[in-house]
Amino acid sequence: MSILVNKDSRVVVQGITGSEGTFHSTQMLEYGTNIVAGVTPGKGGQMALDDSIPVYNTVREACTQEKATVSIIFVPPSFAAEAIIEASDAGIGLVVCITEGIPVRDMVKAKRVIDQNGTQLVGPNCPGIITVGECKLGIMPGFICQQGNIGVVSKSGTLTYEAIGQLSNVGLGQTTAIGIGGDPIIGTTMTEILKLFENDPQTHGVVMIGEIGGQMENEAARWAKDNMSKPVVGFIAGQTAPPGRRMGHAGAIVSGGDDNAEAKMRILKECGIIVCESVAEIGKKMKNALNN
Amino acid sequence: MKIHEFQGKNIFKHYGIPIQDGYVIENLTDASATIEKVQQEFNSKAVMVKAQIHAGGRGKGGGVKYCPTTKDALENVSNMLGMNLVTPQTGAGGQKVRKVYITEALDIQKEYYCALTLDRAKTKDVFMVSSEGGVEIEKVAEETPEKIIKVWIDPLIGMKIPQARELAIGLGLGERPLKTAITMFMKMYQCYVETDASLVEINPLVLTEDDRVVALDAKFNFDDNALYRQLDIAKLHDKHEEDPTEMAAKEYNLNYIKLDGNVGCMVNGAGLAMATMDIIKLAGGEPANFLDVGGAASAETVKNGFKIILSDDHVKAILINIFGGIVRCDRVANGVIQAVKELGLEVPVVVRLEGTNAQAAKTILSESGLAIVSAGNMQDAASKVVNAALEN
Repeated sequence: MSILVNKDSRVVVQGITGSEGTFHSTQMLEYGTNIVAGVTPGKGGQMALDDSIPVYNTVREACTQEKATVSIIFVPPSFAAEAIIEASDAGIGLVVCITEGIPVRDMVKAKRVIDQNGTQLVGPNCPGIITVGECKLGIMPGFICQQGNIGVVSKSGTLTYEAIGQLSNVGLGQTTAIGIGGDPIIGTTMTEILKLFENDPQTHGVVMIGEIGGQMENEAARWAKDNMSKPVVGFIAGQTAPPGRRMGHAGAIVSGGDDNAEAKMRILKECGIIVCESVAEIGKKMKNALNN
Repeated sequence: MKIHEFQGKNIFKHYGIPIQDGYVIENLTDASATIEKVQQEFNSKAVMVKAQIHAGGRGKGGGVKYCPTTKDALENVSNMLGMNLVTPQTGAGGQKVRKVYITEALDIQKEYYCALTLDRAKTKDVFMVSSEGGVEIEKVAEETPEKIIKVWIDPLIGMKIPQARELAIGLGLGERPLKTAITMFMKMYQCYVETDASLVEINPLVLTEDDRVVALDAKFNFDDNALYRQLDIAKLHDKHEEDPTEMAAKEYNLNYIKLDGNVGCMVNGAGLAMATMDIIKLAGGEPANFLDVGGAASAETVKNGFKIILSDDHVKAILINIFGGIVRCDRVANGVIQAVKELGLEVPVVVRLEGTNAQAAKTILSESGLAIVSAGNMQDAASKVVNAALEN
């Protein structure tokens, strides 16, 4: 067991012939990810990755011909939101979008479409998902992971690697690690991931890494307080980040405060999350939590 | 990207949104002529003099003045041009005033608040208005949230007239101004969408004594990710409003923010960069900066990063913290060596490299013969760099 992806996930790579797409698809194949197709409009009929993967013009063809169920997107930012919509309309159940720099207006629309279609989106602007030893659907270094019983969910990229590294160093392997991205509009929230980990019997504890801005960590903590039976270790980056030079009041009115590190750490603690003051404590605190 | 009030008002004007109009000047020599022009063109003896900086709360800092006579206007323009304006939103350092906007003065019956922005939690744009306009709107939102009327807009359908009507009725406007406000809100939404704005705020929106609805202010924020398709908007960027070092970092494709401490840091990834600053503080030091070198840290990026950090002469030690995923640590190590050789670093450098090719990188650094301190984990790295800064 694990969450979202496993060795049976049939993956289509959107943007497989671009430089990013080629590089990371090669890495994913080496990890054991079951890539069944690629999509690059205009290059349908060609073969990618040393003649091993068929390329289609559309995601729909990849779904029909190769029974792809999961998609990963390495498409430039100006086309990425449309790539998400295309995958969703083709009936893909899980879309991971790695692309950084997508205009917010495009994402607001894409989010509306995927919600209507019932597609699960992870990202954009994220490192992706790794189910250790089975499927890497992203750009993280696979070798830092070990198989085990800890789930990791994070807003950040390299900070996710740091958490995984620390867990592995104290002998705690991972089930699945997910970077959900830190953009204003993202497909999957921390709360949704906590729910999946709570329901996964193989996961015994969860590391949750947040940062300043937004309310997502607070909502996840409140959900965990009422619903989570497994220990959750939390860290919030940005205790020393200076308050930004603001413009206007609208942002503050909508978010309603409590979005700095201090407030988030307080709320997490109140909800029973084991909060790390220092990033260096993530591995140790999880080890202690499991021993208690 | 932010713009000035007068630029925002020009956008409003283009969309047919009624504004409090005027002209902007940068030199004192243009003051008399411009004041006279505003008085004649808008038939307003009294004028407003408004400092143009990228921050709100200008009135509180003395950056917005009502001038009943030409003499008052001249005096205020001369005081404001070149002054360092400190407002609740600028930070303690304030912001230098390079442009002053001279506008008509209106007879105001009532002030309102209105704004369009993204509601991240609802993943939709939200249009908000309040009859309690003016400077204390955040207090209103906190204490009497029912006085802020909100409508959320379906991105696939766009804003509809009944929604605009709901907002206008919520302000308690009479028949004629109600119609103006509805049209105005529809145009505001159109303008927000078409310019890829992330914020359009009018505070205050006013009802004049002669029952006109007019935007007294205009705040815009634009989505940087969309500037590639908003070339006219991108041209409005005022480089003077940015910190010069932060601008230089941008040219190198680095994300840098200067802080007040003396421990410089260079990190890949924004989250890890913040966590590195936090652990420096926990170890008893003060971070001198935030610097995210991004996903493609090469020898060149590392060198540029050093240049940016060292342009701040408070820096007493530097910590490089790289967790290599796509980035290969051996390349970063070579970059560090090259930079140290070329720039002749005079402050101690602590390096912590983890992830892809970390072992090879450690060997490269230790065989370089340079006085670079290698660190094992983040705790170790933070203690070492804070000690180095104390000793230097």
